[in-house]
Amino acid sequence: MTSELFAAMRQSIVEGDADRAEELAARALGEGMDPLAAIDEGYVPGLRHVGDHFAIGEMFLPEMMLAARAMKRAVAVLEPEMARRASRRRVLGRVVLGTVHGDIHEIGKNLVGMMLSASGFEVHDLGVDVPFERFVEKAREVDADIVGVSALLTTTMVGQRSVVEALRDAGLRPRVKVMVGGAPVTRGWAEEIGADGYSEDAVGAVNLARQLVGA
Amino acid sequence: MAGIDPIVDPRLRLEVLTAEEVRRIHAATLDVIESVGVRFPSPRALDVWEAHGASVDRQTMVVRAPGTLIEEALRQAPPVYPLAARDPALDLPLDGRHVYAGTDGCGVEVIDLETGEKRRSSLRDVEEIARVCDALEEVAFHWVPVSAQDRPPASRSLHELAAIWRNSTKHVQTESVVTAREARAAVEMARAIAGGADELRRRPVLSIMQCTTSPLAQDGGSLEAALVAAEAGLPVGFMTMASCAFTGPATVAGSLVVGNAEVVSALALMELAAPGAPVYYAAAQTAIDLRNGAYTGGGPEDFLFGAATNALADFYNVPLSMGSFATGAKEPDWQAGIENSLSTFMASAVVSDMLLGVGLLYGSRIWSYEQLLMDCEIYAIVRSMLRGIRVDDESLAMDAIRDAGPGGDYLTQPHTQRHMRELFRPRFLDRRSYGAWETEPDRPRDWARRRAKELLAGHRPEPLDPGLEAELAGIVVAVEVEAERSPESAPA
Ligand code: B12
Repeated sequence: MTSELFAAMRQSIVEGDADRAEELAARALGEGMDPLAAIDEGYVPGLRHVGDHFAIGEMFLPEMMLAARAMKRAVAVLEPEMARRASRRRVLGRVVLGTVHGDIHEIGKNLVGMMLSASGFEVHDLGVDVPFERFVEKAREVDADIVGVSALLTTTMVGQRSVVEALRDAGLRPRVKVMVGGAPVTRGWAEEIGADGYSEDAVGAVNLARQLVGA
Repeated sequence: MAGIDPIVDPRLRLEVLTAEEVRRIHAATLDVIESVGVRFPSPRALDVWEAHGASVDRQTMVVRAPGTLIEEALRQAPPVYPLAARDPALDLPLDGRHVYAGTDGCGVEVIDLETGEKRRSSLRDVEEIARVCDALEEVAFHWVPVSAQDRPPASRSLHELAAIWRNSTKHVQTESVVTAREARAAVEMARAIAGGADELRRRPVLSIMQCTTSPLAQDGGSLEAALVAAEAGLPVGFMTMASCAFTGPATVAGSLVVGNAEVVSALALMELAAPGAPVYYAAAQTAIDLRNGAYTGGGPEDFLFGAATNALADFYNVPLSMGSFATGAKEPDWQAGIENSLSTFMASAVVSDMLLGVGLLYGSRIWSYEQLLMDCEIYAIVRSMLRGIRVDDESLAMDAIRDAGPGGDYLTQPHTQRHMRELFRPRFLDRRSYGAWETEPDRPRDWARRRAKELLAGHRPEPLDPGLEAELAGIVVAVEVEAERSPESAPA
């Protein structure tokens, strides 16, 4: 019975069926299943399947997006019970992510966020046009390991430096790592502003994040 | 001084969409604007819409406008107007007969001509690129090609404009003016160049481009800058980049509808705010890469967009600026050649008024002088093709054929003397013998680099009057002072 439920959960992620994923999560709770087991043995294998097939070119970005969304919906159903049991999901790390103030480019940042979630990071996406202090507040609030700052414009990339500085002024550096990215961002720029890392794509961002948390 | 040799009255014709198909896309577009709506995050823009009876949700900033309002507004747009230049001989009539190429814009890095290394772009690059392009007959107007990253963000776009005017007499278009404050200063600068506000309306020496925010939204700062420009009579265009399967539907037709709704609603707003303002349609639609979501700037869908969009712009009777040349390649290579040739051919064969643009690699991010000159070569090839085949007594060459007879040759025929210079002579195609190439295995891109260096060293554009130059500089400084005082309205 349990194994059937796990298989159905896995399948709901592979098919990117968020309604089904949500429904299965509710059923699991009804049956008294440990929410952590549902995630680790039900949903995560689905994500892994999608990730593997994406890597070999048999599944594509839209399918990744659907899988990530289904996962998110299922976890949202399970969360209250996790909180009640005071169990915390084992995650590789907590990441606060956003596109910097004045900049509304979101596609790349969303991709990075999705890939990080799919790889086992807990991602707090602040959206676009995010004031520098918001990054600091959120990092404090969720006890972040990493702050990721996206900027696609040469006029806004200077804001990445402001985020690094704001984190430093708040006493969060160097414990909270900073990674940056976006079209005009280069490794040289990341070094210049004192960020801990840079990546030019989402897969690289995951590797970088793993490195930064020592995973 | 260099002239401009544009594509004019192409003889090849391409019909990618039938009249009926255009009407269906138009009907779907009006339906989207009326029932789904488009977000206009600017209080000023919302006021204008409301005053004209559109339904406005102040919370979400989504505007839903009836089709009749959109159609009536668009009817106010002038179908023909010029892009004027510092040198009136280089004015560009947007008359539906010409296809003008501009540079690509807002690049962030430059492949240095001397070292060959990639580095961050600066004001000096803007100046040097303007100078080289001033000398190229294929480049009809400038887009601010790269960003002057060594100038403060609040006034950067204005430094860039002044730099181009100092180094070229051709028309300037910018995509970097994204606040009302910058727009007011840009208008002031353009008035100084044109010789007054009325003269600027008659001969707009500057035009403005803004991006829409796909899907179905606009950017607030861009809208407010555009309104300032439209009221001053500067041509204003809105460019959609709605891309298949990400910011637009996966199908080309669906993405055309989404992009069209964004552009048409923005142009309608300009006409409602400033009736009769010169506006243009702009698009750089593509399909994303299904693996990494990247904006590809190439591929068959991209090329189809290039030809289809002009059918829409023609339907609305406004000029079109079409994204072509914008290869995703990292260097001037096979990919750059194939993408830029096909996109430019498709957009030119349907007589897109403006092509954007030459010189940038990697999805409009890296400036390459080699690519610039080779893009110009592509333009020249397409220009030759679009002249088509003349068929008349002279071109049928009966006398020469009789004269040469079976087995003769045409090398020494007077007819050949008369017409051989019409044949295309490449500058950057390697037609040497294998042996010559083996002895000196340099490549067309090496020749292109050499040519760029020559132009940079040797071309002296008509200088800007020193008084005028000082006036422009004064306007820029005033903006910097103002920005110091109220930094919040710095570029969004
Ligand atoms: C699509 C696009 C837009 C869309 C954005 C839609 C959206 N919802 O996001 C729209 C049309 C709204 C837009 C608007 C503008 N844009 Co724009 N845009 C682009 C374009 C073509 C593609 C960006 C993109 O989505 N790429 C696909 C994603 C997958 O790639 P990515 O963003 O680079 O992200 C990857 C990496 O960078 C990295 N990454 C990204 N973020 C992060 C963060 C971290 C922490 C890490 C580790 C990694 C990482 O991983 C990502 C995934 O692989 C680029 C050109 C280009 N080729 O990049 C121009 C570009 C960025 N835009 C540009 C400009 C100028 C503008 C405008 C100012 C134009 C205008 N006048 O209106 C406005 C700005 C509005 C604003 N205030 O932000 C310029 C910037 C140049 C400059 N000198 O600053 C560019 C380079 C194009 C150009 N040359 O003109 N744009």
